[in-house]
Amino acid sequence: MEDFLGSLGPLLASTIRFATPLVFAALGGLFSERSGVVNIGLEGLMLISAFTGVVGAWYSGNAFVGLGFGLAAGLIFALIHALMCITFEADQIISGTAIILLALGGTGFLMVEIFGSGGTSPRVPGFKEIPIPLLSDIPLFGPALFSQSLLVYLMYALIPITWFVVYRTPFGLRLRATGEVPEAVDTAGVSVTRMRYFGVALSGILAAFGGVYLSMGLLSAFSEGMTGGRGFIALAALIFGRWNPIGAAGAALLFGFAQAVTVRAPQDVVPNEFLQMIPYVLTIVALVAFAGRAVAPAAIGKPYRKE
Amino acid sequence: MSERETGGETAGVAEAPVVLEMRGVTKTFGPVRANDDISITLHRGEILGLLGENGAGKSTLMKILYGLYSPDSGSVFVDGEEVRIRDPKDAVSLGIGMVHQHFTLIPPLTVAENIVLGAEPRKGASLDMEKAIKSTEELCERYGLRVNPRSRVADLSVGEQQRVEILKTLYREARILILDEPTAVLTPQETEDLFSVLDELVSDGLSIILITHKLGELLGVSDEITIIRDGKVVDTVKTAGTSEGDLARLMVGREVLLRVEKEPAKGGGEVRLAAENLVVRSNTGAVAAGGVDLAVCAGEILGIAGVDGNGQMELAEALAGVRPAESGAVYIDGRDVTRLGADARQELGLAYVPEDRGTKGLVQDFTLSENNALKTYDEPPFSKWGWIFPKAMRRSAAENLRAYDVRPANPDARAGSLSGGNQQKAILARELSGDPGVIIAAQPTRGVDVGAIEFIHRQLIKQRAEGKAILLISLELEEVRSLSDRILVLYAGKIVGEVGPDATDEQLGLLMAGRGMEKSA
Repeated sequence: MEDFLGSLGPLLASTIRFATPLVFAALGGLFSERSGVVNIGLEGLMLISAFTGVVGAWYSGNAFVGLGFGLAAGLIFALIHALMCITFEADQIISGTAIILLALGGTGFLMVEIFGSGGTSPRVPGFKEIPIPLLSDIPLFGPALFSQSLLVYLMYALIPITWFVVYRTPFGLRLRATGEVPEAVDTAGVSVTRMRYFGVALSGILAAFGGVYLSMGLLSAFSEGMTGGRGFIALAALIFGRWNPIGAAGAALLFGFAQAVTVRAPQDVVPNEFLQMIPYVLTIVALVAFAGRAVAPAAIGKPYRKE
Repeated sequence: MSERETGGETAGVAEAPVVLEMRGVTKTFGPVRANDDISITLHRGEILGLLGENGAGKSTLMKILYGLYSPDSGSVFVDGEEVRIRDPKDAVSLGIGMVHQHFTLIPPLTVAENIVLGAEPRKGASLDMEKAIKSTEELCERYGLRVNPRSRVADLSVGEQQRVEILKTLYREARILILDEPTAVLTPQETEDLFSVLDELVSDGLSIILITHKLGELLGVSDEITIIRDGKVVDTVKTAGTSEGDLARLMVGREVLLRVEKEPAKGGGEVRLAAENLVVRSNTGAVAAGGVDLAVCAGEILGIAGVDGNGQMELAEALAGVRPAESGAVYIDGRDVTRLGADARQELGLAYVPEDRGTKGLVQDFTLSENNALKTYDEPPFSKWGWIFPKAMRRSAAENLRAYDVRPANPDARAGSLSGGNQQKAILARELSGDPGVIIAAQPTRGVDVGAIEFIHRQLIKQRAEGKAILLISLELEEVRSLSDRILVLYAGKIVGEVGPDATDEQLGLLMAGRGMEKSA
């Protein structure tokens, strides 16, 4: 029993750590999809930001400069997606796929160009854990929840903030309306294009937080392909959570938990490869079980063209 | 129809100031002149009817007024001042509100949220929902528009949704209200409610433009009527001094038979199409038709009346064999065809004119000749030993198109390039040319112009005289009444009554609203 409790704390802590990039990306995806633009490029946006963050930190020696680089890159590539999907009415899945492929190829190429070799980058200054006084002293939960890096605390705050923005502000009302019936938004005198650009831009910034956390919070270096499908898992969390910030964050935590179990489970009992499947299998199960019933924004994936 | 004191009030209206004038508006789409030098005038406190067939240019003109299109030339004056309306925002700020034919509401949001969208009351950074609800309630109160601000729009009836659309414009302080075919989706009672609301609005000083192709309603509510044909203003008349016949002639450009002439039913024909306790589910899995019994005899037209969405579409599809029946049975000429598909039923002599001609009646990207052979391409003379003979298809199509007055009668024209009325005639040509014994016609004249309606009606009457059994499903009461020998009313997936073609609006309306079952039973 004591052994169980003893492992529960670290398990919870790594659940949070694994869930953090997922929550960021899922909330990002929420802003984009609620505005009616599918963003399967989250995976690519995370990867690009993870890389540019490390590059920024490498040259400046400062984690925050790295974060700035990462966010800027996430925003720029999200805006490319927005330009393709909204202005040029390109297929949103194809544009998203292009961003993923660009991210994979581009980061691989630049690794060699900048750091001289592929694989893993040199160590850079990352975001260290900052225990919050008092709160981190709570038994069991304290160290798990409140002895984390700054970005994790930001993630905590973002969940209620996103909920408030989406459900309690004029911006949120317009965003939700844009994803449902853009014609109604247009006739109400609100620009659909503007709302969608905002939605996609926010998804880029939030996915970038997730990417930077991966390379500079979870690790202190970039390694090629390090997102490992997390962008897609975040999308699954978004659907599983029915495009609701609380639901999506909850689903992201569940998937984070699955990853934490994978890492911490005794490997002599079950083959490691089998354990590594768990998060992905869980994603598929969740999607099959819940996707049918989930109500996606009605206008999602459809470019809006004024008559 | 609502009653307004035409005498005293018309005199008052004549002196009322002009609130809106459109002068010499022209708009072309490629080679088509949708609006050709159109001018209209709207006075304060007046209801102006804008009458014209589908494609006459009414909607284009109103979209120009609402800033959705920009005109090639011409000008718009609001309160005597020339204005430039570049987008709906400009229109709204000039006090122009528009209720579109297809509602632009967001179903998952509440009534209040829909209404304040784009002009939300704020409290700091957040949306002041309490104030939004209060404003909505005040507007409801003032104009007698009953609707609960906290309801989700998805849960409202069509009539209520329309009220939300009107409230949206009132919330934005519209003084000029454009209603595009507002009664198309309403029951007679709901239509009356709407007209009494409109009365309320004009007596409060608003001015209304009512777009419609229904002659009768305009006579009841409007003060003046501007008739548009082929993009041009034909005439503007005072409602008080005109008649339905005059309007029809102006609208179509020739004499029109408003009443369908038909022989009395012969009666005594054998039952050719029947349904027994038929249960059908909709796409969402809900029960759309809950135990329908009906029998259509040779030589009669059985009409099915009802408000849209009461199971008509599902019932028609189940009878035609394109939607499975949950339980119950369908018979053609006494034979149980419940398990047979659409193709097998067609071979037994069933013709089906689907409700949605655009997606279910025709393949838009196919030529008329291909569409004409869509159901019989696998039979001689169109094919033999797995080979298709385009020449035979084209020859047959050319014949059918001529016989059914489809314009252009060109077998190589793309179906999608035809107007709604001609598409419908092309479907009719395909379905009726095979000399079917049973015809299911779902909304055969929806969105079709008056000339084509007349033609389609005559074809149905002709089929009836030839002893065919016809099931007519329509949302247009007038159509059901003038064509049918018997009328069944469908409400919430159930037949709630049977009446004769001489039933009054009120009788039918009550049945269509699911009330008055006791009376008719």
